[in-house]
Amino acid sequence: MDIKDIIKPENLVYGSSKLLIDTIMHYCPGCTHGVIHKLIAELIEEMGLQEKTIGVAPVGCSVLAYNYIDIDWQEAAHGRAPAVATGVARLNPDKFVFTYQGDGDLASIGTGEIIHACNRGENFLVVFINNGIYGMTGGQMAPTTIEGMVTSTTPGGRDIGLNGFPLKMTDLVAQLPGTSYVSRQAAHTAAAVRKCKRALKKGIQNVLDKKGTSFIEVVSTCNSGWKMTPVQANKWMEDNMIPYYPLGDLKDTDKKENVTGN
Amino acid sequence: MKGNEVLAEAAIRCGCDGYFGYPITPQSEVMETLMEREPWNETGMVVLQAESEVASINMLYGAAGTGKRVMTSSSSPGISLMTEGISYIAGAELPCLVVNVQRGGPGLGTIQPSQADYFQAVKGGGHGDYKMIVLAPSSVQEMNDFVDLAFELAFKYRNPAMILTDGAIGQMMEKVQLSDYKKRLTEEEIIGKWGDWATTGKPASRERNIVTSLELDSNKNELNNRRFQEKYKRMEAEEQRYEAIRCEDAEYIFVAFGTSARVCEKAVDLGREKGHKIGLLRPITLFPFPKDIIGQLAKNAKGFLSIEMNAGQMIEDIKLSIYEAGLVRRVEHFGRMGGIIPNPAEVLEAMEKMFIQKSE
Repeated sequence: MDIKDIIKPENLVYGSSKLLIDTIMHYCPGCTHGVIHKLIAELIEEMGLQEKTIGVAPVGCSVLAYNYIDIDWQEAAHGRAPAVATGVARLNPDKFVFTYQGDGDLASIGTGEIIHACNRGENFLVVFINNGIYGMTGGQMAPTTIEGMVTSTTPGGRDIGLNGFPLKMTDLVAQLPGTSYVSRQAAHTAAAVRKCKRALKKGIQNVLDKKGTSFIEVVSTCNSGWKMTPVQANKWMEDNMIPYYPLGDLKDTDKKENVTGN
Repeated sequence: MKGNEVLAEAAIRCGCDGYFGYPITPQSEVMETLMEREPWNETGMVVLQAESEVASINMLYGAAGTGKRVMTSSSSPGISLMTEGISYIAGAELPCLVVNVQRGGPGLGTIQPSQADYFQAVKGGGHGDYKMIVLAPSSVQEMNDFVDLAFELAFKYRNPAMILTDGAIGQMMEKVQLSDYKKRLTEEEIIGKWGDWATTGKPASRERNIVTSLELDSNKNELNNRRFQEKYKRMEAEEQRYEAIRCEDAEYIFVAFGTSARVCEKAVDLGREKGHKIGLLRPITLFPFPKDIIGQLAKNAKGFLSIEMNAGQMIEDIKLSIYEAGLVRRVEHFGRMGGIIPNPAEVLEAMEKMFIQKSE
């Protein structure tokens, strides 16, 4: 059987989203950004939101996110995406607005902006990629770097006495009354990707329903920054990151019982 | 009405879509007035108190990126915090209005009026080669008039505009003729006017719009910079604004803007009574600086005295204007600093000592 006999429309079981732009991504092989971009593109397409979506890209590895998803985008200054998105959403209340931010952007330089946007209950979705490192600038320590983790600015491993504790932003924003749905996900296995997509969909729906801020963390790898192969990085994340950043919903105001355990 | 209150009223009346701000003396009445007026009930204008000046300016970026008419106001230390955002706004070529009701610096300085942010306003302020359109009102009436003018210029050039005023004009009460109401643009009108760049949501009919100041390809980034510089040159060619008072036969000319210009206007009257042939050139646009008129006046005038509430900043632009006109004239500076407004007598005395008595 020739390959052309197999590649027929009737045999198609899976395709890439039309909103995912057909170009070479700048992300390293093994990086989770591409998977999460794909999920967002799929959801915007499936939910028919292209004409009303405005994405806000961060500074960090995903600074060029606007090259990959075929929607209107704004590129924010480092850490300021929640303020930019506030400006967009407040003046365009019927649009679907989301930010896409890494952990250096959201959990370090932009801590003030994210806390206050979530606390005001700004009506947008925050997608927070936590890989415990500054990927773009060459693998320096992030606020989310876990204890003992080696980075280029913690060559002996993160020392709590010197650097303080890894910051759990998602737990923090779950406490704020302005957030409606707060969840921590991953995207390293097929099952995790499916769960992640469900969480993102719920976050988007909450924004469409004007329920306030939805916040979805995706615990991710940075195999280049971690100096590992993609497979090793996934294993390391499962063994080390996820125990500190456990997956699941932290808050869902649709449910009577707040799922936050703390 | 107070100058600061007029800024708020003018914003509502000129069809402003949104205001984002953070309290700081001596301009807090702008947001207070807006919150009391509740324009969201009247025109739909959004007013939001942000958590910081850094957040305010980035909210402005986001809203301006959707083609809306948006503004913020602050005072000197707050403007310093905003300069990062202003640089991004200039780099992304977004129109918006930033009002600086200046106070004395450096640092926390004082809450009294000052003009020490001239360099910051007209030379860029943040990182990178950029310029803002800078308007300098010298009366409460101009606080009203310049809000709409600033927006018109900002949108004409897709560039941030600044109203550079100070605590004196912000706090001062004068009679004012408020502008008539202008309707806010509808979503359709925004798409019609700014649809080629504003992020209003991508329809199938156009390419996606991206608001960004990032261009990693140096060749392309140089082209972007060339485009910006050409735009600033166009502003210099088309938008120089000034008021010339008793300059026709003047041998010596004060150059002053804003509050200083009010002081100098009085000093000109006092000097004329004493028989001095003096006049006042009041720059209204600080960028573009009204260098053409200064070059023309330099043909007949013997000297220029820059009166500023700072250590001497605008004087550099006066000297450059005369140099570019191919002339040589003496230019001096007299200023008060730290929040002090000079009085007409000391300004006139400076003119007499530095120029008139020396020429006799």
